[in-house]
Amino acid sequence: MAYRANILINGDAPGAEAVYGAFLDELQELALCDEVQVLMTSGLGGRGVEAIVYPDSVRYVNLTPEDVARITEEHLLKGRPVLNLTQAAPEVAPLPPPAPKEVRVVLRNVGKINPFDIEDYIAEDGYAALARVLTTMTPEQVLDEMKKSGLRGRGGAGFPTYLKWTFARNRPNHPKYLVCNGDEGDPGAFMNRSVLEGDPHSVIEGMAIAAYVIGAEQGYFYVRAEYPIAIRTLRVALEQAREYGFLGENIFGSGFNFDLEVRMGAGAFVCGEETALMRSVEGQRGMPTTRPPFPAVSGLWKQPTNINNVETYANVPQILLKGGEWFASMGTEKSKGTKTFAIAGKVKHTGLIEVPLGVTIREIVYDIGGGILNDKKFKAVQTGGPMGGCIPEKHLDMPVDYESLASVGSIMGSGGFVIMDEETCMVDIARFFLDFVQDESCGKCVPCRVGTRRMLEILNNICEGRGQPGDIELLEQMGKSIVRGSLCGLGQGAPNPVLSTIEHFRHEYEAHIYEKKCPAKVCRALIEYKVDPDLCIGCTRCARNCPVDAIAGKPKEKHVIDPTICIRCGICKQVCPVAAIDVY
Amino acid sequence: MKSLEELQKIKERALQRRKLAGEGARARIVVAMGTTGIAAGARDTMAAILKELEKRGIGDVVVTQTGSAGMSTYEPVVQVQVGDGELVTYGNVDANRAATLIEKHVLGGEVVAEWQVQ
Repeated sequence: MAYRANILINGDAPGAEAVYGAFLDELQELALCDEVQVLMTSGLGGRGVEAIVYPDSVRYVNLTPEDVARITEEHLLKGRPVLNLTQAAPEVAPLPPPAPKEVRVVLRNVGKINPFDIEDYIAEDGYAALARVLTTMTPEQVLDEMKKSGLRGRGGAGFPTYLKWTFARNRPNHPKYLVCNGDEGDPGAFMNRSVLEGDPHSVIEGMAIAAYVIGAEQGYFYVRAEYPIAIRTLRVALEQAREYGFLGENIFGSGFNFDLEVRMGAGAFVCGEETALMRSVEGQRGMPTTRPPFPAVSGLWKQPTNINNVETYANVPQILLKGGEWFASMGTEKSKGTKTFAIAGKVKHTGLIEVPLGVTIREIVYDIGGGILNDKKFKAVQTGGPMGGCIPEKHLDMPVDYESLASVGSIMGSGGFVIMDEETCMVDIARFFLDFVQDESCGKCVPCRVGTRRMLEILNNICEGRGQPGDIELLEQMGKSIVRGSLCGLGQGAPNPVLSTIEHFRHEYEAHIYEKKCPAKVCRALIEYKVDPDLCIGCTRCARNCPVDAIAGKPKEKHVIDPTICIRCGICKQVCPVAAIDVY
Repeated sequence: MKSLEELQKIKERALQRRKLAGEGARARIVVAMGTTGIAAGARDTMAAILKELEKRGIGDVVVTQTGSAGMSTYEPVVQVQVGDGELVTYGNVDANRAATLIEKHVLGGEVVAEWQVQ
């Protein structure tokens, strides 16, 4: 049946049920039931109870049951939207808790200064570190300070930065190149983007210092094209840096020349891998090559090249201003300083944070993140992007540093931090990440290209109820072979989400395969919606809202869902006024 | 850039410029315009602020932008400073709130505590 109007109500707001009921009553009263359909949906944006009336697209906010009569009468009957209910009345936003555990080094200026004004950066001691380095320090003294700081690569592998610079510095051949890896491709990660957009000069300054140390005169920013605002900000910043003489020839009268160029990535995830990235900068197809030779020996155009990520460079000016010891005073024994994390997933305050390394997962999730959304139970956290692993609840008090994360089968990565609650299916999550890396495999190595596809097929089978005994063991065996047989980090890390979820959540895999059940009630083929006959009041709401007419039952009678027709969309459960429908 | 002295001079000039009195301004409004902010509607907020200032004929308020500081849940984020007062950060500032902030905080000098973010 076609309706002339639809009303969508955000079902997750408190009081939505009452508004929904009021709409049904009013429509009944005005005999509009056959013309207007009322549907409960998920959140529309968060101003109390909201309703959108289609096809007019009029959005009502902060509704109470008392408002409903006016809307139905004026708008739905007479066609005149009730305009004063569409305005957002000022609401009281809950104050977020302060985040005392945060220490901002990389993000010190982000959200504080105007990124399009170089003088705003200079006012915050910008380029003072470069000035000090070029006028008073030798490259060896800079390396010494970097060594004291204990800074390790923030792109994922955690290689000591001073050592990397030393390798490139010690190569005799010239020219040498410097590269900044800004190809931040992990789903849910936006640390580097924020730095490039909010404080581009700190990265430029860090790169200029690194170039002075290794003896490079030309550097490249490699930033993904999906970050247009970051690229625009960076280009303005580079222009201003040239204008003020922080880039160019004879900087600070020291005889040191350096300039930078922006290169855009074209959307391949594998180009975040350093050898593939350099091929891409050269204008070739982005495919990884074997290491050794490492970039320090043979990088861009086969010349010595130093490559670090955005966050690593952004740390450098502060280390040289405040000293290596200051930086090393933060963090743990082997992981010094602070690290930015992009907090995403089922947590109350998502966003970007910077904490000293060594804080526990619990502190990040509960003290900074504000706890799990809707006060559900914490299940796992996925760190390090699609090649990282899932860390279960028992490791909540584990410190976050390079070694600890590796010890439980995950990685630091660039700082993705995806939090999952009890309603997340770990098999489904493993499938999601494997699907991502499978898609992004460059195809060079057979284990990565074919192996991940075969693993994905097995996971699809498990999620769709066709899992067989032996699948888990096969996944483990294939995963280990892919790790061994792949050239670059993408293939070596691709099976990680699967292997770590099997390690920590094997029982969920077993439930999928042997009992054909999804414990988190996510995998559609393995769940069933049922009406509890003791609770059903025969209101017909579920039957009327079912998009595939899978629910049978007359008014005032118990309703029944036909599982062969049901598509498990969950609308019936959302609209049931007495919570008689549940997932089994 | 030739010397430390030159850099120091620019720094002093920039710090001077930050003092509102130096520019003859009564207040400063900073909108977080990173991708996160823009996705949440910071462009509309910025437009609303400029429109409201124009409508009221206020010419001595400095409006600038910055990056997204990380409070993604509270974007669009706007900071307001009146005179030499404290820089106050507000969250979820849509066009309506922006207009209210100009009326209450910039003109009235009163911090709207309920929208404040720490």
